[in-house]
Amino acid sequence: MALVRSVTFTALVVVALVLQTSVFSHLALAGVVPNLVLLLVVAMAIARGPEAAAVLGLLAGLALDLMPPADHVAGRWALALVVVGYLAGRVRSDAGSSAVAAVVTVAACSFVGTSVFALTGLVLGDGGVTVAAVLKVVPVSVGYDVLVTPVVLPLALAVLRRLEATRVAW
Amino acid sequence: MLACVTVMVLDVSADDSPVDPVRSAAAAVLGPIESGASSVVRPLTDLPATVRSHRALRAEVRDLERTNAELRRELARTALDRNRAAELDGLLAATEQTGYAVVPARVVGMGPAQNFTRTVTIDAGTAAGVRADQTVINAAGLVGRVLRADRHTATVLLVADASSVVGGRLASSMELGFVQGRGDVGGEGLLDLDLADGSVVPARGDVVVTWGSRAGAPYVAGIPIGTVQSVQSNPRDLTRSAIIEPLADFTSLDLVGVVVPADTESDRTVLGAEDKP
Repeated sequence: MALVRSVTFTALVVVALVLQTSVFSHLALAGVVPNLVLLLVVAMAIARGPEAAAVLGLLAGLALDLMPPADHVAGRWALALVVVGYLAGRVRSDAGSSAVAAVVTVAACSFVGTSVFALTGLVLGDGGVTVAAVLKVVPVSVGYDVLVTPVVLPLALAVLRRLEATRVAW
Repeated sequence: MLACVTVMVLDVSADDSPVDPVRSAAAAVLGPIESGASSVVRPLTDLPATVRSHRALRAEVRDLERTNAELRRELARTALDRNRAAELDGLLAATEQTGYAVVPARVVGMGPAQNFTRTVTIDAGTAAGVRADQTVINAAGLVGRVLRADRHTATVLLVADASSVVGGRLASSMELGFVQGRGDVGGEGLLDLDLADGSVVPARGDVVVTWGSRAGAPYVAGIPIGTVQSVQSNPRDLTRSAIIEPLADFTSLDLVGVVVPADTESDRTVLGAEDKP
């Protein structure tokens, strides 16, 4: 069962990554694409709690850091998504209560995630992060993430909850 | 009864029967009625055939719809093919003009703005002869340079990235400068040119080309980068800077070429290599 779960998680992360880099890049708003991996981590946090989400955030973030064409210090997205997973997991009972709460959670997580990523860039002096660019990119990315939430989050939650249900049944 | 017999006798006995005019009169009156009636009835009697043909027609419609869809798809593909052919032609023309051998490649992934680095993945790697620090061009002009090459893919840093600096030369006056990205590819994706000589005033529309590095790494010489859009003079640091509009459109990159040495071993056709001595 653990194998099935890890395979499913891996598949979900890979699908999110590929969609994000190869499909949504054609639908980018000012170069910003929806952060599907972040949404997946938020869904995990709502379904399974902060620990699981933080672990998924670490692994998915590392994948995001290493997948071409990423060219920044590896671990920056991993850190950002661990923080996101933990925070979303902490407000899990509220976030899962209603659609509006879930959207607000995603907006907050998107803001925190992108900001943490940008801040690590500023601190490490890595990859041409400028405050002006951050101020421009963060609102757009929060907006785009919120825009795709109604489609992506229920889907991810359904898959994760189904997985949970089979586990209980076994 | 008697009347019947009379009519029969009349009709049979004479060649020029007195019944004939009556017959034709009846035909004149009843004929149209008959045909009218049958035309009313025919659809009813033909109903089974109609149902059958309806089914056949439906099948035909389905067939036609399928053919139509296929044709449409083909048409859509033709447009794409035509665009790709045009791009390939453009790349070929670019290689002929510049005289460099290039490995064609397609952009398969684009880094999001959230990463703050403007990089793309191309589907050519070391197997195709691509190495790090090679120049990437497309039909329009300079795209960037290869940061890293794996077996089947490579990561390209676009010239629009904020950390990208390219040595540029004004084609009109041969003055040197540095072209720097702004980390912004959306919209116009402008670049900045800092000229080394503060007394030079570039004209609007001047073309900026690469001046090239030693051994062509990371940038080969003579690739057009962009055109001068406006000029700003900065009295503080005694240099003049110009805003450059890049020739390549970074948001719709598809077919690009990696400039490789002419004798490169590649798993695909190297454009422009065969006419090299």
